[in-house]
Amino acid sequence: MVERTPIFNALCQIVLLLGLAMALLPFAIVIIAATHDLRTVNIVPLPLTPGSHFLDNIAEAWVRADLGRKLFNSVVFAGCVAAGKVILSAMAAFAIVYFRFPGRAAIFWAIFITLMLPLEVRIVPTYSVAANALQPFQAIFDVVGLTGLVERLTGYRIALEWPLLNSYPGLILPLVATATGTFLYRQFYLTIPEELAEAAKMDGSGPLRFFLDMLLPLSRPNMIALFTIMFVWAWNQYLWPLLVTTDPNFGIAVTELKTLIPSEFGLPDWNVAMAGTLLIMLPPLVLVILMQRWFVRGLIASEK
Amino acid sequence: MASVTLRAVKKSYGKNAVVHGVDLDIPAGTFVVILGPSGCGKSTLLRMIAGLEEITAGEVAIGGRIVNRLEPRRRGCAMVFQNYALYPHMTVAENIGYALKVAGLSQAERRARVEKVAESLGLAPFLDRKPAALSGGQRQRVAMGRAMIREPSVFLFDEPLSNLDARLRVQMRAEIRRLHQRLGATSIFVTHDQVEAMTLADLLVVMNEGRIEQAGSPAELYAKPISRFVASFVGAPPMNLMDGRIAANGEFLYDEPRRLALPAGLPLAAGTLLTVGIRPEAVTIVAPGAPGSIRATVDVVEELGAGRVVHLELAGQPFAVATAGAVTVRPGEAVGLVLPAETLHVFENGSGKRLDITARPAEPAALSA
Ligand SMILES: Nc1ncnc2c1ncn2[C@@H]1O[C@H](COP(=O)(O)OP(=O)(O)OP(=O)(O)O)[C@@H](O)[C@H]1O
Ligand SMILES: [Mg+2]
Repeated sequence: MVERTPIFNALCQIVLLLGLAMALLPFAIVIIAATHDLRTVNIVPLPLTPGSHFLDNIAEAWVRADLGRKLFNSVVFAGCVAAGKVILSAMAAFAIVYFRFPGRAAIFWAIFITLMLPLEVRIVPTYSVAANALQPFQAIFDVVGLTGLVERLTGYRIALEWPLLNSYPGLILPLVATATGTFLYRQFYLTIPEELAEAAKMDGSGPLRFFLDMLLPLSRPNMIALFTIMFVWAWNQYLWPLLVTTDPNFGIAVTELKTLIPSEFGLPDWNVAMAGTLLIMLPPLVLVILMQRWFVRGLIASEK
Repeated sequence: MASVTLRAVKKSYGKNAVVHGVDLDIPAGTFVVILGPSGCGKSTLLRMIAGLEEITAGEVAIGGRIVNRLEPRRRGCAMVFQNYALYPHMTVAENIGYALKVAGLSQAERRARVEKVAESLGLAPFLDRKPAALSGGQRQRVAMGRAMIREPSVFLFDEPLSNLDARLRVQMRAEIRRLHQRLGATSIFVTHDQVEAMTLADLLVVMNEGRIEQAGSPAELYAKPISRFVASFVGAPPMNLMDGRIAANGEFLYDEPRRLALPAGLPLAAGTLLTVGIRPEAVTIVAPGAPGSIRATVDVVEELGAGRVVHLELAGQPFAVATAGAVTVRPGEAVGLVLPAETLHVFENGSGKRLDITARPAEPAALSA
């Protein structure tokens, strides 16, 4: 767009402001509602000015939803998922970009195809694997007849079992693989001049050293951007945590929010629900604000 | 210091053959320049020596040891890349010292050696800077330092000066030569700049389309180019070339009926098609119509300070004359040119091979089938 007339500029501003208002309105409602008491919050329409019960509501939400424990779980969960995604995609992309091995193209496309298979699509098999992470190996042993063979020879029946339900690994591992991250990294590696790798080779560095000494430091902005996006994404996961954590000790904040929402015939204390929402929204918000400088740089440009 | 030997070295990318059997003996301590037009396979050849490119066929030996299967780091070569390929996130000191770090030297030892190298290259004040905060010439020096610190037996340079401005290029050229004299390591330098090639080389290798056209000392290549290609590539301004044929009396008809006496002793039948060349420096300008002169028209006069290059038109072709003395000719003027027969180079028309009774035989042809 090179058009620059006052009217056009004003129009742009108006559209942007409208968009901003629409995006901020729900937040405003959450914040205002979280500051009123039970009676005021149920007045229709909702008052436009904040009330004075903010801290009471926060305290109530904290206790009722066991947010201390749940927020901790959420941070562990989202942090590990994001870190795992960054590490895994950095390594996967490294293999794809820098090594010529048989089946490279096939593996690349296999990763690509997983873009079309989000967790929601494969939730039943994933759950069944999470129930026993070694089940696929068991199935392979069964099919090739190894189980029967071993049983006949030793009398011992192979029964591999590693249940992951209600555990941090169960929450985290199924979400760690990421095609998006792998592609982001792949694109980044492709922008690194080939001569850099060759210079490192001449300097005597092997692949692992090259990865650690060159690629990791160079990809720091990407790493931070990817971590931020994936942290927020993982923080907002709902279906999978709900499914694998029946034990409240492993529940995460976002699913726990449900306990704050008033039931059909219960007390309509939306003020507490909104206070809880506010608390749960906070960590990713803080992360994004802290990381934003890096984050933008990682998404738009590669360091020279 | 190590000798480098190439035996029938070939390279193909799939079906596309790029280097077609190169044989070359580089004695230890020699400064070799590989000169050739863009795309002739110079870099490919260099990278095969370095170990960055697989050798399709043939053998590369460094210091008498065949290195075809050795990893780059075990070949004892260091390379300076065209765009330097400095590590952008490391300081100058870290860049130079990286090879030592990989080799597992202690911090103190590294520091000492880095400082010594930096000192010799005038980089001491910049050791803590990142490459992005250096000028082109400084980056170039860092790249050299990175190669030097390993004390390699062979230096490989892939057009290391082509990103510098003209002045700096001349300066760095001299520095590279000085460095070579000081360290005495075998150096292989790839360029497509013939001035660079002439000034640096002990042994000048001219490549064309994946083959060595001629290898020899710069003076040798200048005096006796083995082919029309070498003739046009070595020397500046380039050799003047005229196409024509042999007349019945043995003279050369370049623009019928105008003719030129050829050196005696060439066994040529009348009617043979030929290319005759002469260096711009070998021609003298005389008054038009002077006996034994041929006629041409002045086009442009280039003043070089120390000398002049007169561009003329001869039989519809551009023709250059270089002279150290003053010239009084003006554009558009007709002049006479004297082309002494003993300074003429005669090439076959089709193959472009030099026809010369005393010509050195060509480099040994590829040994492999
Ligand atoms: N990876 C590759 N795959 C296919 N062909 C290649 C590859 N690398 C180089 N070539 C071809 O090999 C030929 C020689 O390339 P090379 O880089 O050695 O040329 P060069 O003499 O160094 O040229 P320049 O002076 O432009 O650097 C070129 O025709 C090029 O197209
Ligand atoms: Mg090249």
